[in-house]
Amino acid sequence: MTTTSTMTETPLTARRVDPSAAVARTTSRSSVREVWVQVLAMAWRALKKMRRKPEQFFDVLIQPLLFTAMFAFIFGGAISGSVSDYLPVLIPGILAQTALTVCMATGVQLREDMDKGVFDRFKSLPIARVAPLAGPMIADLIRYGIASVLTLVTGLAIGYRPGGGVLGCVGGVALTVISGWSLAWIFTWLGTMARSAQSVQGISMMIMFPLTFLSNAFVPAETLPGWLQVFVKVNPVSHVVSAVRDLFNDGAVTAEVGWAVIGCVVVVVIFAPLAVRSYSRKM
Amino acid sequence: MADLGAVRAENLVKEFGDFRAVDGIDLHVRQGEIFGVLGPNGAGKTTMLRMLATLLSIDGGHAEIFGVDVRREPHRIRQLVGVTGQYASVDEDLTARENLWLFARLQGLTGTRAKTIAGELLERFGLQEAADRPLSQFSGGMRRRLDLASSLITRPPLIFLDEPTTGLDPRTRGQMWDTIRELVTDGSTILLTTQYLDEADQLADRVAVIDRGRKVAEDTPDALKTQVGDSTLQLSLADGSDIALAANIVRRLLGEEPVLTPESGRMNIPLPDPNRAADVLIGLREAGLGISSVSVAKPTLDEVFLALTGHGAVDEPQMEAAR
Ligand SMILES: Nc1ncnc2c1ncn2[C@@H]1O[C@H](COP(=O)(O)OP(=O)(O)OP(=O)(O)O)[C@@H](O)[C@H]1O
Ligand SMILES: [Mg+2]
Repeated sequence: MTTTSTMTETPLTARRVDPSAAVARTTSRSSVREVWVQVLAMAWRALKKMRRKPEQFFDVLIQPLLFTAMFAFIFGGAISGSVSDYLPVLIPGILAQTALTVCMATGVQLREDMDKGVFDRFKSLPIARVAPLAGPMIADLIRYGIASVLTLVTGLAIGYRPGGGVLGCVGGVALTVISGWSLAWIFTWLGTMARSAQSVQGISMMIMFPLTFLSNAFVPAETLPGWLQVFVKVNPVSHVVSAVRDLFNDGAVTAEVGWAVIGCVVVVVIFAPLAVRSYSRKM
Repeated sequence: MADLGAVRAENLVKEFGDFRAVDGIDLHVRQGEIFGVLGPNGAGKTTMLRMLATLLSIDGGHAEIFGVDVRREPHRIRQLVGVTGQYASVDEDLTARENLWLFARLQGLTGTRAKTIAGELLERFGLQEAADRPLSQFSGGMRRRLDLASSLITRPPLIFLDEPTTGLDPRTRGQMWDTIRELVTDGSTILLTTQYLDEADQLADRVAVIDRGRKVAEDTPDALKTQVGDSTLQLSLADGSDIALAANIVRRLLGEEPVLTPESGRMNIPLPDPNRAADVLIGLREAGLGISSVSVAKPTLDEVFLALTGHGAVDEPQMEAAR
């Protein structure tokens, strides 16, 4: 141990605690740098938990495999004439659906986590209130990544040949990850509001099913009745799916990509502050 | 610099619906002391502590910690107070070392320093061997120690301990007491709650007794005990018919009036000086009276309550009403 250490460096050694010095050292809020360190620390915690409980990866592993194959062989002929013609439509749709499933898990897990004893500790520490929310969401980027890549690989295995090439695919996966992460703030907000993890699960289901099935994720919007088309057109999931299709199939950065990105930004700007506020109030 | 006191709370109020869990409590804790808050289940101890620690909102009154306003500057308060709650608030899915590392990082320590401090705390609290095991394998006592260690990472000048020894075995309880005394030697101030008069007696410089959200007394443990009364010597005679004889011996030796239960041959004798218990025993032996059991009982929290409030500590109807 060094001899020039300050008090915080030698927390347990002979130097006496000096209350007035401690008061003088306090700050009225965390600096941006401090917040970043806190968010990373919480992300580290979430990663540790993922490693210890690999069963939470089941949804991101099973869903892409199962749904891609199932939907392709069941609906392929009916919707697009053949499985190989359906794949360019289907794969981006499955991608969006999988990302939403991961979002939902984010909200449910946050709620479960908030009921644990350790959250009392987090509340009593001088940390920014956004850290316990944003930390797990950073760790979740890994889950979005795994889910997207797995869906794409399953598609390739059953004969999908994306016209956008490698760059188009990388772009499409990146957009899916960004969209998933942004939409997750909605479910995080739900997580901070709801009474229990089960209720988060229930509410999220009710949001997720209309969002994915009342979109162009699995069928072309033109085949739907007019009133439904109106909803499908404003559904942000439709825009993300269209954008990912453009990237995967044509390697083109179209207006749809722009709309999808703008939609994501809007969602984050609205729901991240809502989530933090509702979380702070819970304490 | 004037001593602002560690805690100054005036007329604190917390309401849950129309039930007042904390009903106008004043609390002044001096720097460097151990201040005990004594009270039965549901008295409002935890609620009061959580309000002061910014974990619950303050519905009425005013609180300052080292001169910092609790309501207006919660972030500063959190830098000054280490909280060890009634139930361990550590992460069950991490190891002990990972817990300490995480809490240290969250409070802005660098990675290496966080590692050093985690190591030091594990050693100080006798947790090195279990350091890398999952917490699910920890005993209640180990969890408690880890929880306390987690509150000490930045050496906060004020430490809240909510029933720090409830559920610990006598040896672990003794160790906890030693640790608490060390913290004060290092310059920290301690505010602790307890249900045991004995614990307050051992540790605290001053004690506030609270009941149903109100403070009913505040004094040194000695003064409180004097208010309450003395220990008692409890005897059972081998032959109950000797009881009148035995009572006479007690009166002659101690000048105290024993309380008799002739049916069972038992008597309770007020004992201002515990040393004189031996006089009674010798006196009975010399008179040829056999004893089947003997014990010395200290005043209990229940007796403190009876003396201070006129009702017992375990007061079921009140507990029901609180629900
Ligand atoms: N969140 C809450 N909502 C409603 N009532 C509450 C809440 N928290 C505590 N209470 C009530 O407030 C009263 C005081 O509770 P508190 O936990 O402060 O008591 P305590 O003195 O710490 O008791 P114990 O010794 O059992 O820990 C109790 O009657 C309890 O039922
Ligand atoms: Mg309590």
